[in-house]
Amino acid sequence: MAHSARRDAPELPDFSLLKRLARDQLIYLLEQLPGKKDLFIEADLMSPLDRIANVTMLKQHDVDKLYKVENTPIFSTCDQICFLIRPRIQTVKWIADTVNADKAAGKFRKYKIIFTPQKFYACETVLEEQGIYGDVSTDEWAFYLLPLDDDIISLELPEFFRDNFLEGDQRWVTTGGSALHLLHSLFGPFSKVYGIGRCAKMVYESWREQVEESEQKAQKSEIGNVFLIDRDVDFVTPLCSQVVYEGLVDDIFRIKCGCVEFGPDVTTADKSMKVMLNSQDKVFSEIRNEHFSNVFGFLSQKARNLQTAYDKRRGMDIKQMRTFVSEELKGLKQEHRLLSLHIGASESMMKKKTKQDFQELLKTEHSLLEGFDIRECITYIEEHINRQVSMIDSLRLLCLLSLTENGLLPKDYRSLKTQYLQSYGIEHLLTFANLRQLGLLVEQQPGDALTAMESKVGKLVNDKTAEKLTGAFSSLAKKSNFRALSKKLALVPKTGEEYDLRVPRDMAYVFSGAYIPLSCKLIEQVLERDGWTGLEEVTRMLNGNEFVVTASHSGADARFKTDSQRIILVMFLGGCSYSEISALRFLGREKGYKFIVLTTAIINSARLMEAMLDNHV
Amino acid sequence: DDSEWRLWFPVLLDRKVELYEMGWSLKDGLRDCHVAAAPYGGPIDFRKPCIRCPLTTFSPIWGPQWKSGVVKQLGWTVGDDLLCVQEDGTVLVYDLFGSFKRHFSMGNELVQSHVLEAKVFHSPYGTGIALLSGTFRFILATNIEDLKLRRLPEVPGLQGAPSCWAVLSQDRQSKVLLAAGPDLYMLDTTACTPVIPPGLTPQASSIVHMAVSFSYKYLAFFTDSGHVWMGSANLKDKLGEVETKMKTPPKQMAWCRRPKGQQPSVVVMWEKNLLVAGQCQETIQYPFVDSVLVPEMDGVRIISGSHHELLQEVPAACEEIFKIASMAPGALLLEANREYEKESQKADEYLREIKEQDLLGEAVKQCVEAAGYEHEPETQKMLLRAASFGKCFLSNFRPELFVHMCRDLRVLNAVRDYTVGIPLTLPQYPFMRRYVDPQKRVCKLLVHRKLYPLAFEICRYLKTPEYQGVSRVLKHWACCKVQQKEEADEVIARAISVKLGETAGISYSDIAAKAYECGRTELAIKLLEFEPRSGEQVPLLLKMKRSQLALSKAIESGDTDLVYTVVTYLKNEMNRGDFFMTLRNQPVALSLYRQFCKHQEPETLKDLFNQDDDHQELGNFYVRASYQEGKLETRVSLLQSAVDEYNKAKNEFAAKATEEEIRLLRFQRRVEEEKGERVLGCSLHDTLHCLLTLGLHKQAEQLYKDFRVPDKRYWWLKLTALAEKEDWEELEKFAKSKKSPIGYLPFVEVCVKHLNKYEAKKYVSKVTPEQKVKAHLAVGDLEGAAEAAIERRSEGEVSLVLSRCSATTDRTIVDRLNRARAAAAKK
Repeated sequence: MAHSARRDAPELPDFSLLKRLARDQLIYLLEQLPGKKDLFIEADLMSPLDRIANVTMLKQHDVDKLYKVENTPIFSTCDQICFLIRPRIQTVKWIADTVNADKAAGKFRKYKIIFTPQKFYACETVLEEQGIYGDVSTDEWAFYLLPLDDDIISLELPEFFRDNFLEGDQRWVTTGGSALHLLHSLFGPFSKVYGIGRCAKMVYESWREQVEESEQKAQKSEIGNVFLIDRDVDFVTPLCSQVVYEGLVDDIFRIKCGCVEFGPDVTTADKSMKVMLNSQDKVFSEIRNEHFSNVFGFLSQKARNLQTAYDKRRGMDIKQMRTFVSEELKGLKQEHRLLSLHIGASESMMKKKTKQDFQELLKTEHSLLEGFDIRECITYIEEHINRQVSMIDSLRLLCLLSLTENGLLPKDYRSLKTQYLQSYGIEHLLTFANLRQLGLLVEQQPGDALTAMESKVGKLVNDKTAEKLTGAFSSLAKKSNFRALSKKLALVPKTGEEYDLRVPRDMAYVFSGAYIPLSCKLIEQVLERDGWTGLEEVTRMLNGNEFVVTASHSGADARFKTDSQRIILVMFLGGCSYSEISALRFLGREKGYKFIVLTTAIINSARLMEAMLDNHV
Repeated sequence: DDSEWRLWFPVLLDRKVELYEMGWSLKDGLRDCHVAAAPYGGPIDFRKPCIRCPLTTFSPIWGPQWKSGVVKQLGWTVGDDLLCVQEDGTVLVYDLFGSFKRHFSMGNELVQSHVLEAKVFHSPYGTGIALLSGTFRFILATNIEDLKLRRLPEVPGLQGAPSCWAVLSQDRQSKVLLAAGPDLYMLDTTACTPVIPPGLTPQASSIVHMAVSFSYKYLAFFTDSGHVWMGSANLKDKLGEVETKMKTPPKQMAWCRRPKGQQPSVVVMWEKNLLVAGQCQETIQYPFVDSVLVPEMDGVRIISGSHHELLQEVPAACEEIFKIASMAPGALLLEANREYEKESQKADEYLREIKEQDLLGEAVKQCVEAAGYEHEPETQKMLLRAASFGKCFLSNFRPELFVHMCRDLRVLNAVRDYTVGIPLTLPQYPFMRRYVDPQKRVCKLLVHRKLYPLAFEICRYLKTPEYQGVSRVLKHWACCKVQQKEEADEVIARAISVKLGETAGISYSDIAAKAYECGRTELAIKLLEFEPRSGEQVPLLLKMKRSQLALSKAIESGDTDLVYTVVTYLKNEMNRGDFFMTLRNQPVALSLYRQFCKHQEPETLKDLFNQDDDHQELGNFYVRASYQEGKLETRVSLLQSAVDEYNKAKNEFAAKATEEEIRLLRFQRRVEEEKGERVLGCSLHDTLHCLLTLGLHKQAEQLYKDFRVPDKRYWWLKLTALAEKEDWEELEKFAKSKKSPIGYLPFVEVCVKHLNKYEAKKYVSKVTPEQKVKAHLAVGDLEGAAEAAIERRSEGEVSLVLSRCSATTDRTIVDRLNRARAAAAKK
């Protein structure tokens, strides 16, 4: 069922190099603290670490025991302790508490903090303020990039989104620049960089600076083009329910670092099971980009094929049997195992998703995207809230409503919020404040109010720092303009037309033919036009900040040039969803491109909404 | 020019090359002067007691009157700084132009005991100083840039100053060799070891002078008997011994040898006499005026009041070529070229002679090599022309040798020019400093002498990468420029920007730092404007107390760490009010600081919002604080503060919501007190649900009214709660209490969900016509559903019912539906 790719599609670069580099550096850092040591790892670094190093390797380098960094006293007996953490103030504080507790107890140990991917001055300040600056040594593990699959690389920095877009904290910009720089130095030089968004621009500049500071070596370019896009350019897409297999698995089971844990209901055994989901899984790689409605048919066909392959055994002589066992059986068994897993997962999803309420949810989403029956949608959302169906889903629907309608009418805005607070409590006042700040859930403003805000911002903006200054305010003045954009870019196909999900005709298939992801459509348009010309109105509605830069160097080999030109690195600042990746894969097959997705994290609607909650602070 | 050579017994050849005629005049010659000259053709410094006058070879620079203490020794560092070791152990450091740089002490004890003698020496570890104190102890510092004083062990029985001593660099440490009467001692940091030079003539009773070779490999002693003993510095081998027939101790003695030289020799100097002693018992003498010897790696420089000469062993290549009647291939090639230039066919004969012996390559090499040793450009050219001529007849001669020699000679000739006055020789050139690129070093020498144009040209000529070459020269020029006090800031800034332009690797901030160091803050700020990397500007701006500007620049740089550094700095420098005001105008810095405060200083966060009159954020702050609080009273009072702030922020919605929360909390507490049920902190919805499932209908009713809970929500809540309790009777009563705002389909569905079809059926009849089909289907009544669908003549609903029917068991219904559908189609 896999779509026939264009024959001339270029080969993807081999990103396993990134893993090797990170592993070697980690070993080097561990060796810097000779002797036995206990390693404390930040909870959300566990999975990424798992992808590049195993326990045996750590043990080989004198790591005795492994612990999670937590806000609790530690029970290590080792006299050397190594912390492997993200540069977060909170975590550093915990460590400071640990060290101070040891000190008070008269215990003397050697401490080393390894920050990844880099350390921040603020963290060192905390060490200083807690009076342990001299007691710990610090280091940086430049583990910027984790390849999740052949075409997906993640920075594994979910906080990038909230810090950058909500808190106006630009600390991760350089990290983005460094990540890009790493790819550039290994697989570049890039010949063209497109981008849209304030953060994209800053990341681009940070990368440019790093390139200028480092030495250039001539090499064959493997990645020709880069597209940088801010998440806040398109909030609608990640807020929609995912219906492509991989996205759906993420929505229901939550994929973590390319790995999913299937519960007993899927595995049909008594325990759950961790499964890697990537192109190595031959069954998965064929269904991951498919609309869910096709998956079951495909899997049963696959099961029949498998049966036929097994059946070949009948009537074999001894010699044939031996070849069969040694050459095919193992592969068949593997396939068998995977097949039964995915069938299990599909069944479990079917149970949840074919129910009446999921269909109604989808119907509401589609109405919102099309802009029809808005009253009915609001009633639906109200009921959703009133019945406490799902805290996150209700919030998501509210945001979708606001985004597609360019804000809520004052009456609705109040009443929906009140109802939500009644259902889920007062603390969501803060959630609403956050959503408003980001422009995700806003009240429709009479025209003049908005201009007043803009002019207030404008007053501050009169020098070179203008762009960065407005950073913190950008979202306030931001209108989503979804309806106009949708019309301009034809994101919503005309209603009433049949859409055969088996034979997708455009990227809309990832949302059952109801909507072409805005982010992906932008990428398609820019690549087609080789720039932003003709898209002026669109970029104006997206708050501008678009750019395109062509590198001055001339390619050496024409063939390599054309090949690498068709490899496009898309960097999502603030995360991207599996549906977007599927859409880009589709676009690549149609146009003969290969897309590589570089994202700060994989997100879906739930993660996006959870990042807006305030209770984790 | 052969006249400057002395033929010296069969093998030893020495030559004296006139380097410069001195461009200065000293009334009394060099008598009573301290003279210090740096190796590698470095600068010379003359110092009469109490008059300071450092000089370069050509243009003397006269310093001001010497006012400091008694100078015991002068010396140059590897970085072209002048060291003056004073009697009290203080060492003064001056730059090339006689400006004072810094001073340091070689130990407090010297203030009392005084310095008797001092020596400045060079080793791979830098420039060192060794001195002998009045108590006859040696104090040693191997590298003055990283000053570590070592007091060497006492020499047993030493009652007076040793007759002579020298510093050796052996086994990676500096040692002192000293002669006290007939005894010789080696002093290192740990021990004092007596040593005996092998084969020292028995006529000698004491050593009166000693000299170490430039490479620290050889030693020479002059004995009271007039013998010169030469041997290895480890005192294991003797090279030779020469009798000079001079009994007076020499004024100075120095080794004269070249790397790979055949004939190491020692130059011994008395007041009126100069003698060269070689291994072969023979000596030569030169007519001589009062001078100073400067040992170099490939010879000895002799500096007198009027002349500056180089004495060295004649390099093999030069000897081969210029020896009278030499038949060496190089000599023949030179001859061939001469004939060729005269257009004589003899050229061919010479050439043939070389080629027959297959020595043409050797000949070219000799000529190129010899050119390198010659000081006269004319001679160099002659030799190089010959080499070039010879090269034409070779097919596979690698061009690098020739090309590099031409390039190096051009550079050397340029710096040897009398206007520059650095008499650098070719062997010295690559050995200038260990591990450092000679070209860079030459540039540095020139830059130190403020010879910027020449340095610039050399960099360009050598094609040194911009950031290593031209940029450095320009930077030094600019740093020098900012010190010109007579010129206006504006003029200097413009001149610098015009000249430096966009040259790669130029750091304007370094130049600005220099300007600031010279007390020109305004100029520094102007210069910083040219710095393209805003991050580079920040540290200096902070230093100059331009913190606001520093903050803007840090933000511009996009480096949040830098922003944070400035914020921390400001926090400590400013009072709180000003600090907050500053942050207020810089949202990027503000959000960074807020992030920090959130974890570290929540109270500061509150102050920040207060300062900004940001009531909305203050309200949020109190709400956040409230749900982290366990005690009800505190919680309520925090929420009350939030209400006040929200009111100030004119956010009625939030104020009202918060007020309601306070009411809810109070209500919950009442319930807890009265009924002992834990509901505190639940949302309104959850509280209602809890009350209803507990059967506290009265309280629930009250809450519903007080909080104006929408009817729909209340009905849903009550419906689900009663169903959960399976209180079907109450449910029925509730359904009949008034018209349901959510319709009756939910009743059907909820009952079905709780597996009570019987109850569910009770409500089917009450469902609106639009939902009838759904209701029937929910309770599994296909017939009813079919009837309703047909009645409603809805194609969609008919299909829906059909999809639920099984073809075998529900035959009749299927038929009925199909008939109805057909009938509808007909119409």
